[in-house]
Amino acid sequence: MNTIIISTASITIITALFAVLLTIADRTIGYYGEVKLTINEEKEYTVEGGSSLLSTLIGEKIFIPSACGGKGTCGYCKVQIHDGGGPVLATELPFLTQEEMDDHVRLSCQCKVKQDIKIEIPEYLFNVKEFEATVESIEVLTDTIKKFRFKLPEGEEISFKPGQYVQLKAPLYEGNDEEVYRAYSIASSPTDKTHLELVIGFIPEGIATTYVHHHLEEGDKVTINGPFGDFYYQDTDAEMIMVATGTGVAPILSLLNYMKDNDIKRKARFYFGAKTPDDLFMLDYFKHLEETLYDFKFVPTLSRIKDDDESWTGEKGRVNNAIDKLLEENENQEGYLCGNEAMIDSVVKSLTKKGVKEEKIYYDKF
Amino acid sequence: MIELNPMVIFIAAIFTNNMILSNFLGMCSFVAVSKEINTSLGLGQAVTFVLAGTSIINYLVYHYILVPFNLEFLRFIIFIISIAAFVQLIEMIMEKYIPNLYYALGIFLPLITVNCAILGVSLFMIIREYSFLQSFAFAVGSGIGWTMAIVALAGIRQRLKRATVPKGLEGPGITLIVTGLMAMAFIGFSGIVQIQ
Repeated sequence: MNTIIISTASITIITALFAVLLTIADRTIGYYGEVKLTINEEKEYTVEGGSSLLSTLIGEKIFIPSACGGKGTCGYCKVQIHDGGGPVLATELPFLTQEEMDDHVRLSCQCKVKQDIKIEIPEYLFNVKEFEATVESIEVLTDTIKKFRFKLPEGEEISFKPGQYVQLKAPLYEGNDEEVYRAYSIASSPTDKTHLELVIGFIPEGIATTYVHHHLEEGDKVTINGPFGDFYYQDTDAEMIMVATGTGVAPILSLLNYMKDNDIKRKARFYFGAKTPDDLFMLDYFKHLEETLYDFKFVPTLSRIKDDDESWTGEKGRVNNAIDKLLEENENQEGYLCGNEAMIDSVVKSLTKKGVKEEKIYYDKF
Repeated sequence: MIELNPMVIFIAAIFTNNMILSNFLGMCSFVAVSKEINTSLGLGQAVTFVLAGTSIINYLVYHYILVPFNLEFLRFIIFIISIAAFVQLIEMIMEKYIPNLYYALGIFLPLITVNCAILGVSLFMIIREYSFLQSFAFAVGSGIGWTMAIVALAGIRQRLKRATVPKGLEGPGITLIVTGLMAMAFIGFSGIVQIQ
């Protein structure tokens, strides 16, 4: 009995001593004081040193895209550091190309702020805000895909370009012990600045998708920040070819809603690729858009349907087959693609064969 | 037990009782971080430094806290805790005052915590009933020996890059074979001194 008490006590005391020692060291050695943070050579902030650049920026309400929450595993939080970043760390190397290293690009989650630091970030990131949004409604689209409508807090607005995405924070819940941010494209029109709609598919064991599909209910609050992304509507007169599979429909919806709200008179075609009829959704809405938009055609195409299936009158095969078959050769066309990598790669090939210039093909891979 | 001169222990720890090549301790980082001479030298220095520091702390903790209370059986836990705390402290100091070395070592510095050579030295010095000076000499010697072995291996591996290695043996496979050959070569030193 005595031994147990003495051993427990001594371990406790020794660990406590080390803990005190480390705390003191953290307060003295680990304290870097106030440093100056300069962004794009114009904005200056005085911040407390010692934490990562990413969390320092979040503290100043500047949100850099980051899916992993600063663990150095997603490689999204790249910024240019011109001065005071120290050498590139081994943990960053897998995410940086030689070109980026020559441009002083670093992962902001790995780089610690320890001295006066000068960084450069895209101007649009100043526009990024964080919101406590409320779930207004949840609509089931297919077995695995749901549409969520969020209301922003009273008096707050988001301005974004159709096609851009926001990040949604998955908090801690039973079975998940880490906070992560995941990116979802906005499906609603930018005309409505107080609501956001996201189309989210369920991925088995996905941290964020499990959260939104199984835990989120109407009236719940979620943390959303955005907008991000360089996939968005281009203001030209070219014909639009939109291609999406699965939840990639979301940004296309945003483009179409935007065109509807602003009565934009452009020719647009939307190829919606899916496996079976059950994977298609919002068909009525696309029919409705065909009638209301200036010149819009909706082309659903199914890859897993039997050739002799009479009930399906739409296209058969993969989306790139449908494009090969239906699209006319024309130089004045723009591609808007959203979906998985394999689909995008094959569609880019099909589009270039039809004369669409590669720099006119915009895509969002996930 | 014969009273050994600390200097003898120091030499023996480097050559005849090399941590890697005769005890095969600290193999994980030995295999993983031996691709380039520079980084392996940096890691070797860090290991030597941590060994010297933890041997002092663990010697004092063991003889002045654990032995008086008859708690020798707790040494595994306590040693690991003090090693972890010491590495944390070193990390903070290095990050502030020698940032270049800190960045060069990167992730390897915290990994030293779980390098079994460090725990091995602390346990050996207790098992072999070394005095304070002997322990310290043993720890520093082991560190230098570990550094020497990993730098030598890194040199060999840099050369191996240009050699054609059978497909199945590439990477860790050939490294372990090389380590075995080096260990056999080190047996040649065993005539100098023995401290087992």
